[in-house]
Amino acid sequence: MNASDLTAIQMREAMEKGDLSAAEATEACLAAIDRTDAKVRAFLSTDAAAARRRAQEIDRSLKAGETPGLLAGVPVAVKDNMCTADGQPTTCASRILEGWKAPYNAHVVERLLAEGAVIVGKTNLDEFAMGSSTENSGFEATRNPWDLNRVPGGSSGGSAAAVAARMVPIALGSDTGGSIRQPAALCGVVGLKPTYGRVSRYGLVAFASSLDQIGPFGRTVADAALVLQAIAGHDPRDSTSVAEPVPDYLARLEEPLEPLRIGVPKEFFGEGLDTQVERVVREALGVYERLGAELVELSLPHATDYAIAAYYIVATSEASSNLARYDGVHYGYRSSDHADMIDMYMRTRAEGFGDEVKRRIMLGTYALSAGYYDAYYKKALKVRRLIREDYETAFREVDVLMGPTSPTPAFRLGERTSDPLAMYLSDVYTVSCNLAAIAGISIPAGFTKAGLPVGLQILGNVFTEERLLRIARMYERETDWAARVPPVCEGRG
Amino acid sequence: MSAPELTPTIGLEVHMHLATRTKLFCGCEVAYDARPNSRVCPVCLGMPGVLPVMNEKAVELAVRMALALGCTIPDLAKWDRKHYYYPDLPKNYQISEYDQPLGVGGFLEISVEGGVKRIGIIRVHIEEDAGKLMHAEGGGNYSVVDLNRTGTPLLEIVSEPDMNSPDEVRAYSTALRQLAVYLGVGHCNMQLGQMRFEPNISLRIGTGPDGNPRYTPIAEIKNLNSFRSVERAVAFEIARHREEYEVDPQGYTLERLGKQTRGWIDDQEVTFLQRSKEEAHDYRYFPEPDLVPFVPDRRWVDEIRASLPELPEARRRRFIDEYGLPEYDAGVLTADREVADFYETAARLCEDPKAASNWVMQDVSRVLNERKVGMAGLPITPEALAELIRLVRAGTINRNTGTEVFDKMLASGKSAVKIVEEEGLAQTSDAGELETIVEKVIADNPGPAADYRGGKEKALGRLIGEAMKASGGKANPKIVRDIFVRKLRG
Repeated sequence: MNASDLTAIQMREAMEKGDLSAAEATEACLAAIDRTDAKVRAFLSTDAAAARRRAQEIDRSLKAGETPGLLAGVPVAVKDNMCTADGQPTTCASRILEGWKAPYNAHVVERLLAEGAVIVGKTNLDEFAMGSSTENSGFEATRNPWDLNRVPGGSSGGSAAAVAARMVPIALGSDTGGSIRQPAALCGVVGLKPTYGRVSRYGLVAFASSLDQIGPFGRTVADAALVLQAIAGHDPRDSTSVAEPVPDYLARLEEPLEPLRIGVPKEFFGEGLDTQVERVVREALGVYERLGAELVELSLPHATDYAIAAYYIVATSEASSNLARYDGVHYGYRSSDHADMIDMYMRTRAEGFGDEVKRRIMLGTYALSAGYYDAYYKKALKVRRLIREDYETAFREVDVLMGPTSPTPAFRLGERTSDPLAMYLSDVYTVSCNLAAIAGISIPAGFTKAGLPVGLQILGNVFTEERLLRIARMYERETDWAARVPPVCEGRG
Repeated sequence: MSAPELTPTIGLEVHMHLATRTKLFCGCEVAYDARPNSRVCPVCLGMPGVLPVMNEKAVELAVRMALALGCTIPDLAKWDRKHYYYPDLPKNYQISEYDQPLGVGGFLEISVEGGVKRIGIIRVHIEEDAGKLMHAEGGGNYSVVDLNRTGTPLLEIVSEPDMNSPDEVRAYSTALRQLAVYLGVGHCNMQLGQMRFEPNISLRIGTGPDGNPRYTPIAEIKNLNSFRSVERAVAFEIARHREEYEVDPQGYTLERLGKQTRGWIDDQEVTFLQRSKEEAHDYRYFPEPDLVPFVPDRRWVDEIRASLPELPEARRRRFIDEYGLPEYDAGVLTADREVADFYETAARLCEDPKAASNWVMQDVSRVLNERKVGMAGLPITPEALAELIRLVRAGTINRNTGTEVFDKMLASGKSAVKIVEEEGLAQTSDAGELETIVEKVIADNPGPAADYRGGKEKALGRLIGEAMKASGGKANPKIVRDIFVRKLRG
């Protein structure tokens, strides 16, 4: 057994027993990256030397008898839209930030380091987290470890693929409209989007501030719980982070939730849903039924079609504002050829941003313009309220909601790049969760005939992560999807 | 039909730096003399990933000012982003408050000829200041930016267009400054750019056929940073509007031309067009998603209200009523809260408010000016001054000796009583001793003595002066005078 095949919790146990060192775990992951990443391209940057130094430090402190952190010696990958002051660049996969080195650590990075994690590298994403396939990266497209001709999903495709391809056991992603859950589904791993405000956004390069939330990837529910434990909690530097106590996510993970009422929104099984995805998800629901859960069909009238429309107004409006700072004046890329200040702004942004980012900046700028604000932005906020009410109503009746994470399995590279609307519909089941600010998780639920993973999405009310994880674990215990190894990992030495 | 009367109609937007130690959204120190770009951090530099955290002290000061202006503090105020591109604004948006400010609907009373006038306040809100952009000297093709000022908390106070003359604009500006300094809300140092003005001016052109007033276009003048420039710019605009209107009474109206933005060239004392209505910016305001709305705790607001000191205008009027001070004295003494507090303590203890006023306005002011310090820098307490004033009132020393003692108090920190005692400065009221001095003065100054006998009142002053000199300044001038009168005219 290769150490890079271990989960984070298994690594910690092996280290506790003295069977594994942080240096060995790190070495195994660096070797896996060397072996696999040329094909998958999950990482934008790695710093092997720094990771080795860090692992040795952790080993020394463990040997000295210091209390190990939750993630002591565990290699972790971080999506490249979170600031790291370790000397690795923070690029958001954008040419406009190419080579930019953050002078500070994101709150979550501080938390990872405080818990002893070894950050091995920064992972690829759709530029500024805008996309559903990681093809919008300004640098390279990441491949799906289950089929290298297919996308890993996005925007946290690099982190999802790195975990799926066993280059690291755990990783951080960010989810604005499904950017953790959808790639988790397409790569066959666990991905959790916490409640808005559960994890500090300080140091997460903003895409859409009222929707962005950082969350974990792991191959198991327990690993996701472990990472959430490390990063959750109030941070005074993020005014929207909430001072709600952080429960122990692992303490009762093995306890099933009984009785359990599962809501099955009919809107999550509508037009556009791939038949094989539907079959896999229905089977997963059957597993819960066999475990004694009650399935309740219900309706979230605003949570799909209206949600996509509202999402692409709210998210693009906020993005048009958040991305205004990339102008070549203070940091990052500046066009070398310009006539005057305005020309410098225009050329810098024209050359530095990719097409999808420009498209969204234009959409958002339009939606916020005088004369259009009421018709677009303000109306989108009203729809947002209706979606929240849909969920509040549902959660009065059921404990959680379940459905497919993505309407299709991983699609082919290039398949949707020329059709932005088709790409936007990849998020049809995930965006409403962000608009409602609730928690959601995607867990592996099986495979299509072609061997592509399918994700089951479980949505819970605000601050119910502990229950979501337990409910996810109930299913995981009945299945063994996490044991399957993607083809890209096979045949290694 | 006679030409309609043209009435200047002027409103004022005032920006002032709030007197906080740190910036609005980060822990950087607010400093005015620091090396460029030395008071900055990732947050005020608008680096990727940073988030603002509201400075609670800034909110408290803003609420304090809003309450002092009689504003209502709504149940919810929110923060908004105002977008424009400029290199001194690193995020390319300014965090401000757009449609739900933290204070609405107040007023400020100003003294005008013939009484007091109430100027309405539309709104009070907080926003962040930008940095400073400087263009290269000697025609270099570049600019440099200092971001120390970026993120400094600004209070914006918007008045109703209730002012009708440059004088009223000045009175309002100075009253607002006085209030802010009084409350400790802002230091309002003009040289440091801590207070800036943007007046909007139009002329009311009588009434239209529909019965509503008609106006010339509104001109908003940007970024004036002294009382003088705001007063002159307003006067210039009033004259310019008159001329424009007289040339084209039908065309030069608000309906036709709307609002325009103008700049002010200080050394030429003229305004110039910056933007017409068509070129107005679209700031694309929207709610700031990184900050939670401000929902004031009512008890907290009530506490701030209760802690407000008596405001300058009310205090000025009370000084006139309660202490019988002339308007002028009352105005000078209430201009600064510490001066007013000092005066009031001294006046009550010495039981002679007018004398206390003279002492504060003359002796105390002289020292403050000479030493260039505020009240806190004066080494004399109001209690000590009151004791000195009582000595003069009781006739123990005369007024001139009083000033001498005052200076000695400054130098030594000793009390007036002690100085008078140690140096034997108590004036002589002993009739026998004074008789001897008077007789000697009459003998030595036969001329003036004869003049006074002959009816020349002025000569008496000279004689008293000589007697004071002879007594070493200690003679009680009132008694000396009585003796001269008795001896020469009795």
